[in-house]
Amino acid sequence: MGYHFEFGWIAEYWPVLLKGVGITLQLIAIGALFGVALGGACAWVRALGPAWLRPVVATYVEMIRNTPFLIQLFFVFFGLPSLGVQMSELQAANLAMIINLGAYSCEIIRAGIQATPKGQFEAGASLGMSRFQTFWYVVLIPSLQRIWPALSSQIVIVMLGSAAVSQIAAEDLTFAANFIQSRNFRAFEAYAVSTAIYLLLAILLRQVLRGVGFTLFPRRAAR
Amino acid sequence: MIQFSTWDIVSNLLLAARWTVVLSLVSFIGGGIVGLLVLFARIGKFAGLRRAAKVYIEVFQGTPLLMQLFLAFFGLGLFGINVPAWLAAGFALTLWTAAFLAEIWRGCVEAIAKGQWEASSSLGMGYMQQMRWVVLPQALKIAVPPTVGFSVQVVKGTALTSIIGFVELSKAGTMVTNATFQPFTVYGFVALIYFALCWPLSKSSQILERKLNVAHRNH
Amino acid sequence: MSLIEITEVRKSFGSNEVLKGINIDVNSGEVIAIIGKSGSGKSTLLRCINGLETINAGTIAVAGAQLLPDDLHLKALRLKVGMIFQGFNLFPHLTAGKNVMLSQMVVKKVKKDAAEAMARRQLDRVGLLHKFDAYPDELSGGQQQRVAIARALAMEPIALLCDEITSALDPELVQEVLAVVKELASEGMTLLMVTHEMRFARDVCSRVVFMHQGRVHEIGPPGEVFASPRTPELQQFLGMQAA
Ligand SMILES: Nc1ncnc2c1ncn2[C@@H]1O[C@H](COP(=O)(O)OP(=O)(O)OP(=O)(O)O)[C@@H](O)[C@H]1O
Ligand SMILES: [Mg+2]
Repeated sequence: MGYHFEFGWIAEYWPVLLKGVGITLQLIAIGALFGVALGGACAWVRALGPAWLRPVVATYVEMIRNTPFLIQLFFVFFGLPSLGVQMSELQAANLAMIINLGAYSCEIIRAGIQATPKGQFEAGASLGMSRFQTFWYVVLIPSLQRIWPALSSQIVIVMLGSAAVSQIAAEDLTFAANFIQSRNFRAFEAYAVSTAIYLLLAILLRQVLRGVGFTLFPRRAAR
Repeated sequence: MIQFSTWDIVSNLLLAARWTVVLSLVSFIGGGIVGLLVLFARIGKFAGLRRAAKVYIEVFQGTPLLMQLFLAFFGLGLFGINVPAWLAAGFALTLWTAAFLAEIWRGCVEAIAKGQWEASSSLGMGYMQQMRWVVLPQALKIAVPPTVGFSVQVVKGTALTSIIGFVELSKAGTMVTNATFQPFTVYGFVALIYFALCWPLSKSSQILERKLNVAHRNH
Repeated sequence: MSLIEITEVRKSFGSNEVLKGINIDVNSGEVIAIIGKSGSGKSTLLRCINGLETINAGTIAVAGAQLLPDDLHLKALRLKVGMIFQGFNLFPHLTAGKNVMLSQMVVKKVKKDAAEAMARRQLDRVGLLHKFDAYPDELSGGQQQRVAIARALAMEPIALLCDEITSALDPELVQEVLAVVKELASEGMTLLMVTHEMRFARDVCSRVVFMHQGRVHEIGPPGEVFASPRTPELQQFLGMQAA
């Protein structure tokens, strides 16, 4: 093979990569925060919410889980404006990621809730807690503790999936790689370097999430 | 300007969806075969192979599929020839699928009780015999639901191959949108077609899972 | 020469020495009961004899051949010594008959017909010929354990190791399994069994081994060991059992 690998460009394009990393991190931070919140709310609806809302949530969850993120992204960015909703590339990327993670975390949290022993509910009620208080303290928090590992892996998956937002010109890490290779014609090296950065980010994110789990649920950590 | 009927849109999308199906099948089958090899390396007797398989899985699960597609596309290109998009797409998706299936199946093999290994050892079976006759037949059974479930990820994963220029359902969606200027309708239909492909797989995975759990409780 | 010679065997898990120099010689046709407190190393000793654990020092020889931890020697050993487990460990995806046939066919390369004939003979021996086509989850615990015994016997071992084989059973099922073991003993099978069934040990065994903290604390015929225990540890252990 006559090809000669060339990585000297990194020095020049380092700031571009760094900016991409920043956007990717920002995307996943916002996506994770609001996505899990949305998922928790949806799980609440499916467990205890008003009857008319349950099929709506169920449809949303099934729709999202059975379609590609890329299409969800295109639908939000290209489709919604035709209904008069205008938004920037970044806003669209954020929204798509929140909607996506919301559906998955709804399912994960719901599985955790279903694993809650029946008696717990009654115990909460018998102590005079309201429905919502019972849900929050007796069902949701212990469930979250149980499903935190699954939720963490899903967040990492969404972070890796966020590479697709480069396709609506949101300037994330993949966008940076595209930009660099269009300038220096070193496509393979540009993508290899950004792939390595993604791998680092994934490992880092996993550690951070584990740390978050330990702080949120100290009992688990003690064991 | 030409007028496109809804049927024009849908029929164009459906024609392209054939390629989504073909690519999914190829990747899933190819990924299954490579995944088996990775699995055996991962749980086998050789420490070097075990470590290599672990790294393989870690890398493919820890990086974006889109990046893997780019690397396959431009990486294979380094060998001189102009790589067709379908080849890079099938190649990357196969390797990606293999990593996930190997990891899923490893979980299934490890779920087999230690007593099964000990009993078959005490009967004089060697590692290969234990695998072939005792462990794999049992692991296979519990592997079916998650394997079917993962096929959904493969179908969805094929959407990213549109980005390296493979014309399947997603790419057709973009092309039809550019011609019709009806993104809401077109991507809506694209989503529905994906849903029609994926939902039966998701559902059967769930049903199989439930059946298996019931069967287990009877033990 | 004894059939099984256990000499100065030591076994540690990490820094925890579980067997601290075990010496036992087992003659052909002997039935030996191993008793002792939980954690005294009884299971570990049996597992070492079957090569499921590798020993740190000492030697184990079966029918003159020394136990070495390579695949070939292990296989040879396991053809001579069968093992029955507390948890049965039948293969759940195979019928009782296939459970008994499998290892004959894949390990000893016995033809299917011969393996099946042997399986029927052994299942008949444990009184379960009519369950040939039943799956393990269709059998009671006692029946499963008897199938496990038939499975081990089908390999035609010269000795059987039994680790608390009735402990996982409901009380009413214990006797049917012990009856099978008693029958084996009367036919001259060499047996090494960890058991909490003191009456059975007294009635059937030729010798009793009392293990304490990783050592053979007392050994002798059941009449002596049970009637006049010499050490306070055994006295206490037997007192506990009676209570
Ligand atoms: N795989 C292992 N790893 C670490 N320690 C072990 C292992 N197996 C056994 N041990 C330890 O070895 C000691 C002896 O265990 P063993 O199972 O032989 O006892 P036992 O006499 O059979 O007890 P029981 O009557 O409860 O079955 C125990 O302290 C146990 O914790
Ligand atoms: Mg024991």
